[in-house]
Amino acid sequence: MLRFVLRRLLEFVPVFFIIVTLTFFLIRLAPGGPFAAERAVPEEVLKRLNEYYNLDAPLYVQYFDYLRDLAHGDLGPSFKKPTLTVSEWIALRFPVSLELGLYALGVALLIGLAAGFLAALRPNTATDHVPMSLAMAGICIPNFVLGPLLVLVFALWLEWFPVAGWDLQQDKVLPSITLGAAYAAYVARLSRAGMLEMLAQDFVRTARAKGVSETGVVLRHALWGGMQPVVTFLGPAAAGLLTGSFVVETIFQVPGLGREFIQAAFNRDYTMIMGTVLFYAGLILLFNLIVDIVQAWLDPRVRLS
Amino acid sequence: MKPIRIGILTVVSTAAFTGCLFREDRAAIGIREGVLHMGNGAEPQALDPHLVSGFTEHKILTSLFEGLATLDGTTLEPKPAAAESWTVSDDGKVYRFTIRENAKWSNGDPVTAHDYVYAWQRNLSPGLGSEYAYMLHCIWNAKVFNEGRLTDFGQVGARALDERTLEVTLENPTPYFPAMQIHFSFFPVHRANIERFGRIDERGTKWTQAGNMVSNGPFLLTKWWPNRIITVAKNPYYWDANAVRLKEINFYPIDNLQTEELTFRAGGLHVTDAVRKSRLPKFRATMPQYLRMHPFLGSYFYRFNCARAPFTDVRVRRAFAMSIDRELITKNLLHGAYEPTACFTPPNTAGYTCTASIPYDVAAAKRLLAEAGFPDGRGLPPVELLFNTSEEHKLIAEAVQQMWKKNLNASVTLVNQDWKVYLDALTNMDYYVARSSWIGDYYDPNSFLDCFLTGGGNNRTGFSDARYDELIGRAAKTPEQGERYRLFQEAERILLDQAPIAPIYLYRRVYLRVPELKGWDENLLGYVIYKNVYFETCGAK
Repeated sequence: MLRFVLRRLLEFVPVFFIIVTLTFFLIRLAPGGPFAAERAVPEEVLKRLNEYYNLDAPLYVQYFDYLRDLAHGDLGPSFKKPTLTVSEWIALRFPVSLELGLYALGVALLIGLAAGFLAALRPNTATDHVPMSLAMAGICIPNFVLGPLLVLVFALWLEWFPVAGWDLQQDKVLPSITLGAAYAAYVARLSRAGMLEMLAQDFVRTARAKGVSETGVVLRHALWGGMQPVVTFLGPAAAGLLTGSFVVETIFQVPGLGREFIQAAFNRDYTMIMGTVLFYAGLILLFNLIVDIVQAWLDPRVRLS
Repeated sequence: MKPIRIGILTVVSTAAFTGCLFREDRAAIGIREGVLHMGNGAEPQALDPHLVSGFTEHKILTSLFEGLATLDGTTLEPKPAAAESWTVSDDGKVYRFTIRENAKWSNGDPVTAHDYVYAWQRNLSPGLGSEYAYMLHCIWNAKVFNEGRLTDFGQVGARALDERTLEVTLENPTPYFPAMQIHFSFFPVHRANIERFGRIDERGTKWTQAGNMVSNGPFLLTKWWPNRIITVAKNPYYWDANAVRLKEINFYPIDNLQTEELTFRAGGLHVTDAVRKSRLPKFRATMPQYLRMHPFLGSYFYRFNCARAPFTDVRVRRAFAMSIDRELITKNLLHGAYEPTACFTPPNTAGYTCTASIPYDVAAAKRLLAEAGFPDGRGLPPVELLFNTSEEHKLIAEAVQQMWKKNLNASVTLVNQDWKVYLDALTNMDYYVARSSWIGDYYDPNSFLDCFLTGGGNNRTGFSDARYDELIGRAAKTPEQGERYRLFQEAERILLDQAPIAPIYLYRRVYLRVPELKGWDENLLGYVIYKNVYFETCGAK
């Protein structure tokens, strides 16, 4: 196990290096620099700004300087929001995205697993068709439609929750449901499929033949195996929930990292783009590693090798 | 249990658990307690008056800092602010400001003439790279200092004669110099506060954080949670603190117009930053008491690339400009949000109203095009119309494309680009026709007309006219307002005759505001004097 983890961690190094290099050069290929503005910035000022942020140096020098700073854990200053450094911005904004992501994951698992398992236990009945139809709708309705709809019903008509914000506990309900809904739908369909597969296995039939109760069969024999597809999905899903919350963050004014990431790209805020890309890349790699470990723990047939 | 019942139970129990079934309306509480909640568009880049460049920041900074002069909210005439009075020399080049004896920083220190000299030195320091330092270039030697060609700030025309007297020597008579003092680039900073956190020309130090910032305006910064809220509270040391009636202002950086509108309707805001134009008919019908619309110092227009055929020919440019039905665009497409215009400078800009125009005249446009060698559009090369990503720009571009096809038989392709790519194309003049806009920096026609000087950074059309340059240059040296405006009239006539641009409409500020909010001036600059703002407490929203 330890050797596996260490080897995977070592594999991260070249992957990271490739991501740094590609991102660094790709963003500089995009037309328009960080200081381009509708009001022309005077030549002298532009020169000073480029000097200040080392943008006047040859590209390869900038690249190696960036690598050197990165090795020291320095992601540099933000070009467009100079009040904080990139690391400080990430430290400020990521906990919000993390919190939103965790709540959304909770929503996805709670609703998804319950609906999926219920459907699997009574296949081809109303208990199966209704949640699965809802799941299909959940997958199909984009969050930029679902979010305003939820706001309209629960914030404006019923006045149960605030329209937007991220200060009070009740602020967090609608964004979490909006972000988690589509994932809940996937989880429901995957857990239903996984459970159905498990319930058709020989060892389940054996357990039933031995007289184990239906609850015992489900909880002791089928549940863990039935969750396998969900666990495989959870790695990318968790990363997706944490990184892909731009729309939800915008609709509900959530001060998370997703918006920072997208705005940095629009603003050509090079250091901020680099910082957020690397941070997200690290997260995705980490989640994939965790999924591999959890899968091995859940299913003895999977070996870490 | 049926899944639907489970669903209903889950929602209700979640709502009950979070204790939000009986929520109070934030706007109503604000009205009672004198706390203003306002939408402010995007998150500010910074709160350093010498590092920012937008209207978003301007709205916050005018609550925190005060320049030497302010403007009357209605007439926009300069009025004393941190300076209690000023005099100007006969040649209009030397201003002497007397700082108020009781003007104080938010830490209780007196505001002195030295603070203004220090602030302007900081803004002009080449190392700081202030994008708006050029606003100060009207001061003697400021430009050469800013460009690093002069290192001794003592030779720049800003000096403190004593603690309370500031003498400013200008390059040219600049009658609008006192009016410019409402711009953040002229705001003072507290020297010890700046240097506690870094060098005079260091970007992005921590002095603008809540708890660190020392300011001299009617409010002081108490909270800055990025992308959440910026709170300013009444400054007890402000010289006119008795006139300040609000206890607090909360600025919310809500950049999604739909979210902002919904927050307003749910009682979360007293004022929005803007509204979606498509919602105007609905607002007019159902909530007219909240809808506010008033002219704003900005123009929306199309640029022609004068260096690229067929727009090298002034007749083609005029033909294209004269075949845009602006009335139709503003009335039908934009729901009357904006005012159609046939000239560039908004009317009544500091008393100046342009008398020239580019009319909508299809017959004349066709004649011009024929004279240029393209009768009925025959032989006219295909052209591209560039705009940056926005539903509104797209809508207008599609309408103009149709108008040019119908009126001139011109084949126009629409090109939609991301903001930075679009700016790059504009700067490198890699376009045929491009949508553009201009918001005045200060309350004077010069803020618009000096854009089109030969080789100017904001020209971006390749337009060059020696007479035009001469007129703008002469206006800059003329102290007498009537003569200046006569020169501007002639210059704008040349601009419209030569048509490097096709004016389309004038901006308006369109937003929602609760009727209980009083003292909120509706002027051309969108300039709100927060110390005059208050709530009429009879009745809540």
